[in-house]
Amino acid sequence: MKRSVIARTAILALLRNRSRSLLTMLGVVIGVAAVIITVAIGTGARTSVSDQINALGSNMIVVLPGSLNQSGVRTGSGGASTLTPGDGLAIAALPHVSAVSPTVTLRAQVVANGNNWQTTVTGVAPSYTFIRSWPTASGTFIAQSDVDDSAKVCVLGQTVVNNLFPGGANPLGQTVLIKNVPFVVIGTLGAKGQSGVGQDQDDTIVIPYSSMLQRLTGQTTLASMDVSADAPANVDAVQAEVTTLLEARHGIAGGMPDDFMVRNLQDIASAAESTAAILQLLLAGVATVSLVVGGIGIMNIMLVSVTERTREIGLRLAVGARRSAILWQFLIEAVALSTAGGAIGVAFGVLGAVAVSLLAHWPAAVPLEAVVFSVAFSALVGVFFGYYPAAKASRLDPIVALRFE
Amino acid sequence: MEPVVDVRDLRRVYPLAEEPVVALAGVALTIEAGEFVAVMGPSGSGKSTFMHIVGFLDRPTSGYYAFGGRDVTELTEDALADIRSREMGFVFQAYNLLPRTSAVENVELPMLYAGVGERERRAAALAALDDVGLLKYAHHHPNQLSGGQQQRVAIARSLVNEPRLILADEPTGALDVRSTGDVMALFRRLNDERGITIMLVTHEPDVAAFAKRTVTFRDGRIVADTANLREAVLS
Repeated sequence: MKRSVIARTAILALLRNRSRSLLTMLGVVIGVAAVIITVAIGTGARTSVSDQINALGSNMIVVLPGSLNQSGVRTGSGGASTLTPGDGLAIAALPHVSAVSPTVTLRAQVVANGNNWQTTVTGVAPSYTFIRSWPTASGTFIAQSDVDDSAKVCVLGQTVVNNLFPGGANPLGQTVLIKNVPFVVIGTLGAKGQSGVGQDQDDTIVIPYSSMLQRLTGQTTLASMDVSADAPANVDAVQAEVTTLLEARHGIAGGMPDDFMVRNLQDIASAAESTAAILQLLLAGVATVSLVVGGIGIMNIMLVSVTERTREIGLRLAVGARRSAILWQFLIEAVALSTAGGAIGVAFGVLGAVAVSLLAHWPAAVPLEAVVFSVAFSALVGVFFGYYPAAKASRLDPIVALRFE
Repeated sequence: MEPVVDVRDLRRVYPLAEEPVVALAGVALTIEAGEFVAVMGPSGSGKSTFMHIVGFLDRPTSGYYAFGGRDVTELTEDALADIRSREMGFVFQAYNLLPRTSAVENVELPMLYAGVGERERRAAALAALDDVGLLKYAHHHPNQLSGGQQQRVAIARSLVNEPRLILADEPTGALDVRSTGDVMALFRRLNDERGITIMLVTHEPDVAAFAKRTVTFRDGRIVADTANLREAVLS
């Protein structure tokens, strides 16, 4: 007897018991839908994390002050105030470095247009807008001449614009008092949204770093430096060059701890992504358990079905079915149930993922591998849990089976 | 021509724990092509065991069995299943039709396992239903048919692959008197007109009377083997 005929017999048997077949599938349907939805949410989260990190600038390296050891007392990270504008100029001269911007930040109360607001003032170089991939929305960004002159000019983030100049008032040319020092607004930045850690990146005022050091803080050291490599492939090389250069400039002998840290955003990106990946694996694991439970449901119903159809099996054996034909018929029934359940589950899972992304505004993407994996896995569940009932059916004694009441 | 069934010194012993049960204690019987044999005997006489062995549903403990001239005692289970699907038909007391399955699909069942093509299957099944006078019920399900009609569908199923032998196990056991007459007349007609060899197990003498030869079992042995003279039953 041909396999195709056995398969058709199996499918027909399922169709004759439509409502039971659907209920049997339900466990697998739910399991697969759960797998698809969790994987979709996990993938969406990973994509959004890496998008956010890319938005910071994928070629970016951050130089931060490190720990300082003063007579055996070690300050924590950032305790060393050793990064200077001169370090920045030296780094800018390195090969494969396309831009450097120092940053110095300050929390300050600012006043303008009869409103006041507390925000983060950031002192930067003109290259900042390029390194951060953050263009202006109106006006101009800080120019090199503004840095050279320590000019009292500023560029406002959107949140600051909204709070100081509500109702669409034009901030360009207006004066903003930062710690009572008047700065003229020369531009506004485009909206950038939240950072990866949920911080509002638009709540900032950007001024030349020289103005910051000379007019607001009176310091000579920098909070950090953003360095941009000319290509993603050169990030590691630039990171090594910067480290060597700063060790030389800061007079740190080989083997001694550095008083600065060089961080590359790809490290941060891969850390965030691996966290998301672990979370996704965990979710998929939980969903897989429910798929296995669905498989046990199939085995249960197949065992009931074999008992109920004992006479049918006896008859099939009597009219000339080989035992292998019976085995295949019941195995195909189980696999067809679980695979169809898997396919329906994929459909529900995709719908669910779309619903989640629409209603919860959570990015969701259904990867093709997840679809292929869950359908293949549910077929496997059918084989695994269908084999025992099928083997039981094929081993029946036809004489006993035919008399079964 | 080779006999359809040729058994010699057939023994079947069930090895139970306490004491082995001897179901067949040396049976010899030959059934030629075209015969209509009724197998009779009280419960426990071994007639059912004999029928199961003849139908390859059970195997003898010892002895010789040739089906259509071929020694089948050493054949594998798959080989026996293949012979069953092509050369044997079964009719049971309880009809054993597949529920929720049309009459014609039920009749097709043995051909499914014999590897007959779809179109040929359907044509042969309809012809067999016509033979038993149920062509117009081809697409009825078993629960829409009377007991007698269901048993006639089962007979159509048994003869659809033009078997060398039809084995009928108490085929009228569940039927009323009128349906019993119909079913037995059908067997007789198939034997008379088509020359189909039939072996029928029954404990009712009225039913056995439709056959042309009666073999009686008692305590695992054949105690009587007579030709039926009462041909008048048919008229």
